[in-house]
Amino acid sequence: MSLVDNAFILICAALVMFMTPGLALFYGGLVRSKNVLATIMQSFIMLGLVSVLWAVVGYSLSFGSDIGGVIGGLDFAFLEGVGMDATNSPASNLPHLTFMIFQCMFAVITPALISGAFAERMKFAGFMVFSALWLILVYAPMCHWVWGGGWMGEMGALDFAGGAVVHMSSGAAALCCAILIGKRKGHGSTAFIPHNLPMTILGAGILWFGWFGFNAGSALAADGLAANAFVTTHMATAAAALSWIIAEWVHGGKATTLGAASGAVAGLVAITPAAGFVTPMWAIVLGLGAGVLCYGGIMIKNKLGYDDALDVVGIHGLGGTYGALMTGVLATVGEEGLIAGNAHQLWVQFVSVVATWAFCFAMTFIIFKVVDATIGLKASGEDQDKGMDIAEHSETGYQW
Amino acid sequence: MKKIEIITRTFKLDEVKTALAGIGVKGMTVSEVKGFGRQGGHKEVYRGAEYQVDFVPKIKIDVVVEEDFAADVVEAARTAAMTGQVGDGKIFVSTVDEVIRIRTGETGEEAI
Repeated sequence: MSLVDNAFILICAALVMFMTPGLALFYGGLVRSKNVLATIMQSFIMLGLVSVLWAVVGYSLSFGSDIGGVIGGLDFAFLEGVGMDATNSPASNLPHLTFMIFQCMFAVITPALISGAFAERMKFAGFMVFSALWLILVYAPMCHWVWGGGWMGEMGALDFAGGAVVHMSSGAAALCCAILIGKRKGHGSTAFIPHNLPMTILGAGILWFGWFGFNAGSALAADGLAANAFVTTHMATAAAALSWIIAEWVHGGKATTLGAASGAVAGLVAITPAAGFVTPMWAIVLGLGAGVLCYGGIMIKNKLGYDDALDVVGIHGLGGTYGALMTGVLATVGEEGLIAGNAHQLWVQFVSVVATWAFCFAMTFIIFKVVDATIGLKASGEDQDKGMDIAEHSETGYQW
Repeated sequence: MKKIEIITRTFKLDEVKTALAGIGVKGMTVSEVKGFGRQGGHKEVYRGAEYQVDFVPKIKIDVVVEEDFAADVVEAARTAAMTGQVGDGKIFVSTVDEVIRIRTGETGEEAI
């Protein structure tokens, strides 16, 4: 066990924790003022719900002893055997508790990411049950497949910090939810203008900051690989913020602040699976592509007409998929991708992408239908008019 | 008595107020209003989606003055509020039947 590594990963866990309130601000600023609290709540309360579920059963299903490559066993349920030393820890240099809490923060933010798709129209009770089921039935298996000894990791799929586990999974779920829940009342006739862009940009800044813990921490040691992941994360993000605003400048005539923030998030998403496998200069190339691609993805959404309110599909789904495939192309650090002469890696990445999308979309579909039929998920038109803050929480964000 | 409503650009408030005070106007009411005329609204773009914003923020200054004084007030306001660009606003002049000062009960021009 390494005290240095332990110190580093505990700090990284704290950085990743900060991403969730950062996401709450990012999303909160993008909705109308009558929905600001409900939207923030859908991120913030995941710190409560997911953390408890993670300790009870989620961690064990993700990292417990492998059952057929599909799911973890219940040996770590209720954190049994998860202690202050490295006994049974998937990372032998870290106390088991450190590894567990670092992974907990990833689990917290993932269902929160999905909430952007159904923002401004989801009932709180349904949302809580949906998120709990989604964590157990979608996130835990995905996490096990990639990192917990499951089939995807065994196949050799490269996912450094959660391109499939966090971003593609939430993106696929977001697409499913946006289609099933339907459009917000007034979609197409009312202008859904973000009520506080400075809040959104502050949130994007916090995400960028926290993402260093997310990606560098995924090295699971305070070593050179962590440094590489830190630098590639920063470079890809910087490049994507630039390429997004250049794309919209050329296409729409103005560079917007929301574009800069969105481009940064797209870059962060895209570099996530690749962070420890590419060099900083390839990270810049990857980031430049991410900004343009995700901007294009959002243009397509406006044409297709489904109401992914805060563009989870266009940024996390598309960015995560692109990042996973580009990992198979650009990997030269520790692993070899297409440019290093290993075309097979790209095929493996492709299989992991298809499997992730198919599994997450199908499971989300089932969970959504079950919760919708029992508890109900979509708020009435009247409640949407009133605003979800008043309708669901009896609060208002601003008094004026 | 005449009521003069001056609807103009928000940043012109101080200049119009100073000009009116300068010629002897003793009181005014200011409101933040929204509307559009020939200037129209403007376009906002969020992640590539365009929104037409029809109503542009303006300020409205209401002044009630003696009939003989109205033309001077209009001219002072017009000069102070003018930039020469579309969107400078409009001035409406209408007749006021009665004015009552609540505190004293005075009426007519005494109450202005």
